[in-house]
Amino acid sequence: MIRGENISLKLGEKTILRDISLVVDPGEFVVLLGPNGAGKSTLLKVLALILKPTSGRVIHKYQGSDREEDIKRKIGFLSHRSFLYERLTAWENLEFYGKLYQVADLTRRAEEILEQVGLSYYCHDPVYTYSRGMVQRLSLARLLLHNPEMLFLDEPFTGLDQKGGEILTETIKVLHEQGKTMLMVTHYFDRGVDLAGRILVLNKGSKVFDGKLTSSDLRDIQEFYRAQVETE
Amino acid sequence: MRKIFWIIWKDLAIELRSREVTGAMVLFALMVLVIFAFSFLRPGEKLPPEMIPGVIWVTVAFAGMLGLNHAFLPEKQNDTLTGLILAPVSKSAIYLGKVGTHFLFLLLVEIIALPLFFIFFNIQMQGSVLYLVPVLFFGTAGFSGLGVFLSALSVHTKSNELLLPVILFPLLIPLLLGGVKATGIVFNASWADPVWVGAYWSWLRLMAVFDIIFFTLSLVLIDYVLEV
Amino acid sequence: MEKEGAKSKTFGILGALTFLMMLVNLYLIFIWVPEEKILGLVQKIFYFHVGTAWVAFFAFFVVFIYSILYLKTKDSKWDRIASASAEIGTVFTTIVLITGPIWAKSSWNTWWTWEPRLTTSLILWFIYLAYILVRGFATEYQKKAQLSAVFGIIGFIDVPIVFFSVRWWSISHPTLFSGSGMNLDPEMLFTLLVSVASFTLLYFYFLGKLVSIFHVRAELAEIKRRLKEHLG
Repeated sequence: MIRGENISLKLGEKTILRDISLVVDPGEFVVLLGPNGAGKSTLLKVLALILKPTSGRVIHKYQGSDREEDIKRKIGFLSHRSFLYERLTAWENLEFYGKLYQVADLTRRAEEILEQVGLSYYCHDPVYTYSRGMVQRLSLARLLLHNPEMLFLDEPFTGLDQKGGEILTETIKVLHEQGKTMLMVTHYFDRGVDLAGRILVLNKGSKVFDGKLTSSDLRDIQEFYRAQVETE
Repeated sequence: MRKIFWIIWKDLAIELRSREVTGAMVLFALMVLVIFAFSFLRPGEKLPPEMIPGVIWVTVAFAGMLGLNHAFLPEKQNDTLTGLILAPVSKSAIYLGKVGTHFLFLLLVEIIALPLFFIFFNIQMQGSVLYLVPVLFFGTAGFSGLGVFLSALSVHTKSNELLLPVILFPLLIPLLLGGVKATGIVFNASWADPVWVGAYWSWLRLMAVFDIIFFTLSLVLIDYVLEV
Repeated sequence: MEKEGAKSKTFGILGALTFLMMLVNLYLIFIWVPEEKILGLVQKIFYFHVGTAWVAFFAFFVVFIYSILYLKTKDSKWDRIASASAEIGTVFTTIVLITGPIWAKSSWNTWWTWEPRLTTSLILWFIYLAYILVRGFATEYQKKAQLSAVFGIIGFIDVPIVFFSVRWWSISHPTLFSGSGMNLDPEMLFTLLVSVASFTLLYFYFLGKLVSIFHVRAELAEIKRRLKEHLG
């Protein structure tokens, strides 16, 4: 579970986030929507403990200890940047991150996850020889290597073609069914709504909508979202 | 911490594959030596002894500078720096890992360039070469420590390779001064004279103090630098 | 101090006081204080040299303190004071570096000596310029403030180490000049103190002005940003 309490973030004179409070319960799938510059990626980074808010607090609660290091081990973060070292092989990338996350029985776990994403045959080739799709699959492997409970997805569809996007959507669905808590930022409204259990709309750093989705009010929300975005 | 070791391991694995950074550093150091030979020597003559420490430290500083530009820059590709910050590693561990790598690279340069320096310039020294070891150690450690810190600082700016030398060298002056003076004593002074021995130790102490101060400061401030 | 900034009453008083003190200072230096017996007229540059040198070092101390405050609070108010102080300090250090050689030429018959104080001033000047460069090279405001604050702190701590190492260095050299061992008459000392005091006042006056200029600049940027947002 994550609880954000009155999160504000100022960069100099600019207010990026304005007094945002939210709770994400275990197993939820929340999608953060909003126009460019609304602060959604920033909010995601604050919640994922990458950035510190200027005021307010972010509290993560999982099984086990509350040490920041242990909390970070429960978090996975996927962005459209792969976080992979091009010069290292897939195996070495996973080995390195696995050591940082102190993954137990790392060799087996890495084999297992490479098998899952279908990269076992290429795992000793350096990443720079990979195609876009393979890099995407390897970054998914990196994301899931330490078996995080809480997944943050920051514009994961950026730079993917139609097919890559579909594969990713499927994967995300499966992960959610496995019981992972998800928090995703995207500006693809349809794709976001398709996946989400709950949406959160940000505009100009403030939360303007937060609610569960049912198919009946989808149109209302779409209009609401359009209206919000267009007053920009 | 074991994670510092893994960060060094990762950088060494990358370097072992490409050999770009160390290759460039070593070659550059050798070329600097050759240029010094052209400027200060006439064929058949020896290098004036008072030039020795300057030649050594300018070479080390230039080669070290070249390596620093690459301490954090590669982490920008694919945003692996965020990947590191995200992982359960403290920012000081990331910093220390990077210092470790740069220290090893610079040490390698010294191990290759120094014997060549003796050969090229036909050097004989007064003190034992063992006295040179702590000077090189403290000098290299301090250079890597402060250099990697400022490299982390400048990686968040545009054209950081322009900025880094300009902000690094003024701060390094005490360390380089200590290094040059202590090296000069090792090479040229008479080791029977307690005054020189005393001077050697006080310069060495200055370098050690410099290292301690800036390592402490860097560890305190690195969170602010990597958080932007 | 900055909302009212240059407009406030106390600031007006400070300005008037600075002006008066400067007049008194000039009177003391050029008319009242007796000429030094050996050096003659040119020795009067000493009062400017020491006064500006004091301000140059003091300004960097201010940079140090407000940099720490900025990092602790992230309040851009402190950053404006630190950066204003750095700019003023650079100007005063430049004056030190111009007056120093003039004085050295007349008293030691050489433009430059690697005397510890003069050398340290030179390094200080480099560090100040590096500080300004860090601000120039950083793109967003928040980076500018944060990175320069970090640099302001380590730069300030470096200065005494530079001073001591250069002093050792000049001791281990045969000293050509027996320092600046000059006998100060009480009148000269008095003039010197007045000079230091009035340059300090001048520093605070400049600081107030510059901080309010920075403040206005930041407000202007904010208004422009809002205007852009408004016009879409």
